[in-house]
Amino acid sequence: MSRRALGALAAVAGGALLLAGCSSAAPEPGSSPASSPSEEALTGSITVLAAASLTETFDALGAAFEAEHPGTTVTFSYGGSSSLAQQIVSGAPADVFAAANESTMQTVDDAGLAVDPTIFATNVLELVVPPGNPGGVTGLADLARPELAIALCDVAVPCGSATQQLLDQEGITAQPDTLEQDVKLVLTKVQLGEADAGLVYVTDAATAGDAVEGIAIPEAQSVVNRYPIATIDGSPNAALAAAFVAFVLSEEGRAALAEAGFGAP
Amino acid sequence: MRPSAGGSTFAWALACVGLALLALPLAALVIRAPWARIGELLGGDVVLPALGLSLATAAASTLLCLVLGVPLATLLARSETWPVVPRRVLRALITVPMVLPPVVGGIALLLLLGRRGVLGAWLAEAGIAIPYTTGAVVIAQTFVSLPFVVFAVEGALRSTDRRVEEAAADLGASPFRVLWHVTIPLVLPGVAAGAVLCFTRALGEFGATITFAGSLPGVTRTLPIASYLALETDPDAAIVLALVLVAVSLAVILSLRDRWLPRAGLR
Repeated sequence: MSRRALGALAAVAGGALLLAGCSSAAPEPGSSPASSPSEEALTGSITVLAAASLTETFDALGAAFEAEHPGTTVTFSYGGSSSLAQQIVSGAPADVFAAANESTMQTVDDAGLAVDPTIFATNVLELVVPPGNPGGVTGLADLARPELAIALCDVAVPCGSATQQLLDQEGITAQPDTLEQDVKLVLTKVQLGEADAGLVYVTDAATAGDAVEGIAIPEAQSVVNRYPIATIDGSPNAALAAAFVAFVLSEEGRAALAEAGFGAP
Repeated sequence: MRPSAGGSTFAWALACVGLALLALPLAALVIRAPWARIGELLGGDVVLPALGLSLATAAASTLLCLVLGVPLATLLARSETWPVVPRRVLRALITVPMVLPPVVGGIALLLLLGRRGVLGAWLAEAGIAIPYTTGAVVIAQTFVSLPFVVFAVEGALRSTDRRVEEAAADLGASPFRVLWHVTIPLVLPGVAAGAVLCFTRALGEFGATITFAGSLPGVTRTLPIASYLALETDPDAAIVLALVLVAVSLAVILSLRDRWLPRAGLR
């Protein structure tokens, strides 16, 4: 069903990206020296589209990468992975895509635009409650209490599909009061005290610091979101894009991700 | 002074570009609509609940806007004789929701009426919770669309001839009789125009609703929110939801075309 629609969206965008993709798939001997894949020639700029949950980590990695390669600029655009995937398929300019689960990367891969997706991190869910835990929440089973205000991700986005999988696995029928568009919105509702409990990624709970209380749920370890990263076919600066992906996969990148609470692939 | 022929052609060209900018995106929506799947998508479990919720909440908001907006418009029209500072403050307060990004309006509503809000905390103690309810959707829609009713009615009030009301009073009509038989018929077209604008604005409300009321199918997930979310997984469904929204808005505006024009409404 969505294949057809994706095709339509791509056509609306004038098929520009697809054309660019085709042309760069062929060897380009006459291209400018700046884009030749030699180590010293790294220059110019790239745009990285990344899942909202990567915001803080990738901002730091981008700064470190630019410092290591003077003369380069890495621009980030963060959002829900599904939206970002749709944007890429519709022809948004992008050189690298880092998604919060494999199925959103698949959307881009199906359109023939993802080059060698590689898993670079994992993430699991955690319960968060406002400071003081007004709802007296102790575990996943509390999500079924109708008197509590519960915020969850909608099943259409990666954190929501992980939530659904976890609740199904535990046989819990949650009583959500709102199904949010991305994980940060769930966190905001809990931070404001407008929700007594929410399910977010461990890394989001860590970023929020004292604004929320995290409640570890051992059951969540079995529902792991795997984060793939790929360069986008047709990138005008493929060498720099590949270098950034390599940097994320390097020791330094892994260390930064681990510090933010991400698991190793 | 008559514009030169060249200038006139240029103005026509700009007008055509402007019209194209307004009309072509809607045409694209129609061209790209998944007509083969439209029956299946309309009959699915996304479109109809969202449409029903949107129509019901927009109608409730319009009613609330009229009940609160007409007296507010009367106050605003009377404020002409006030000192300059309170007069401008009143007008600015009414204008703010029109120029504010709706998401900001939603955050403000949450801080006032949310469970930990300035008033919401008291309400919560009394056992009244507003966020995540259909009532919250109506409040959010009313917040953003009330100014449309106020300004439409105020405009009608200002353009009425006060001497007609004074003459009726001089001839012995009671204040109520003046209001019912003179003032109201004079401003009715303005009220109708305000109601239409209010309804269509409420129907399209997104930012304040998703921030203040949340998003739950059948309770708070209105057409625009359902359409935005559908874009994540099933763009075809998003297009159908958008088409339904356009169709309802057009139908409302066209059906009230006559009352839209002040003179036609009087006859």
